[in-house]
Amino acid sequence: MKRRSFVKKATLSSFAALIGTELVFGSQMLDGYIPLALQDPDPFKLFKKHKDMIVLNDKPWNIEAQAHLLDDKITPNSCMFIRNNGLVPEDIDAKTWTLTVDGESIKNQKTYTLGELKSKFKQHTYQLALECGGNGRAEFDPPAKGNQWTIGAVHCATWTGVRLRDVLEDAGIKSNAVYIGYHAVDKHLSRDPKKEPISRGCPMSKALQDETLLAFKMNGEDIPLVHGYPLRLVAGGWPASVSGKWINRISIRNKVHDGTKMTGTAYRVPCEPVAPGEKVKDEDMCIIESMPVKSLITYPKTGAIMQKGKALKIRGHAWAGELEVAKMEYSIDFGSTWNTCSIEKPVNRLAWQHFSASVDFPKSGYYEVWARATDTNSVVQPMLLPGWNPKGYLNNACHRIAVKVK
Amino acid sequence: MTKEETFRTQVRKVHRLLRLLFALFAITGGVLVYYMFNPSFFDFKSKSETIATVPIEDDFDRIENGIHVRTGLVDAEGLMTVINNCTNCHSAKLVTQNRMNAERWNATIQWMQETQNLWDLGENQEIIVNYLVTNYPTKTKGRRTVLIDIDWYELED
Repeated sequence: MKRRSFVKKATLSSFAALIGTELVFGSQMLDGYIPLALQDPDPFKLFKKHKDMIVLNDKPWNIEAQAHLLDDKITPNSCMFIRNNGLVPEDIDAKTWTLTVDGESIKNQKTYTLGELKSKFKQHTYQLALECGGNGRAEFDPPAKGNQWTIGAVHCATWTGVRLRDVLEDAGIKSNAVYIGYHAVDKHLSRDPKKEPISRGCPMSKALQDETLLAFKMNGEDIPLVHGYPLRLVAGGWPASVSGKWINRISIRNKVHDGTKMTGTAYRVPCEPVAPGEKVKDEDMCIIESMPVKSLITYPKTGAIMQKGKALKIRGHAWAGELEVAKMEYSIDFGSTWNTCSIEKPVNRLAWQHFSASVDFPKSGYYEVWARATDTNSVVQPMLLPGWNPKGYLNNACHRIAVKVK
Repeated sequence: MTKEETFRTQVRKVHRLLRLLFALFAITGGVLVYYMFNPSFFDFKSKSETIATVPIEDDFDRIENGIHVRTGLVDAEGLMTVINNCTNCHSAKLVTQNRMNAERWNATIQWMQETQNLWDLGENQEIIVNYLVTNYPTKTKGRRTVLIDIDWYELED
């Protein structure tokens, strides 16, 4: 009997505790409580991003860096921009992940597990500059449609993987091969399973380059989910959309790949220059290949106030798509005079290069430090916006920071 | 009491005890699971506050300083039509980032209908486009703007 009453009391107090739980729980939730339907996951925690990253879009996720966040020679995950076209895939199991190589121009269709890719082919690591084709879009006038990237949609991390060429050659490439197209597991925004958010690619010549990787590591670790875990195609120097995330199929095509965002106006610019705001027919738009020469001053952060008589040490990175940066300059008088910066060689082809200079200001006042890079074909960054195009791609105008000397 | 009745009473008692034990087990399990996901909850030192219910419905479409809090859209004629038709697939941020005239918004809507599974907007299309061009007008930027919103700071070293 004693035992029974104990059980009974215990049960009651458990109930009381449980009800208490819910009440206290409710009271604790009040502070900053957001109804479930309004809840947005915190992207900074979710993707481990720096608090100064700028969220342009939360569905799909599009987040960019600011110039000063890109100061590291090798961009850490925390400061890498995110450009998604669809919804980040869930429930990825790397153990069962496979990559299928198929298409009109393949000799033998093959499927590889991640383990097979890693063990069968030699692994390579390269530091590769990836810039969104629409980086700088926000500056175009009339405005171009899409996420309004300012300057932060570029990064240069190290990628480890196997050469796409080795895998394609293992399956066999027919002589009529023209292009490769990737396919991935991310979902379309409309959740229509028949639609692919993005399926782009590149000509065989780019696909077969040493540096074009099927990567499974970024900066020495598994690729973060939002950047393409467990397998990403990485093609440095080209619009970052060529570097497809969450890849499970590569098709060798006997024609230019016609997947989503290969056609129409996506990642294309007018084949011939047009006036700002001019309408351009789809058939007059040409696919963007190599990205243009560009640079960023990553130190100091814009807005620096400094003492007169002190030299300002500036530094940053420059890149030039398929090419190298041959010369780097800065100006403090809006381009009237230019001074040379020292610039390092890239650690490997398609990596960005680091520049630095010591800037002297003749008198106190407001200055802008402008940086401009020249590529190995003697093409220089423009100070003004380059040619207007309907989708606002390829803005490689000079970066500048504001400085006050007092 | 017959033997059978005694037996029944005993069965009932055992049954009741089993139910209690099961209830206890379920509750303890529940609390443990909850603790796993929310360990800070059992910190009883945090002071409790008066309990009040939050009217979720009202909160959902709250307007503050002329802005619809949930989406960031300007509170103006056509707001709810825009929310109901333009924020299902993508974020309102994609809308507010862009500046287009009526012709280009209409072309964008057509593109979304042709390729992105957007439905026929009917009479709402005019309401939506009017809302967008009125509240998010295009601004002339020229070939290069001056640097604005500079966050000045003393450079150390």
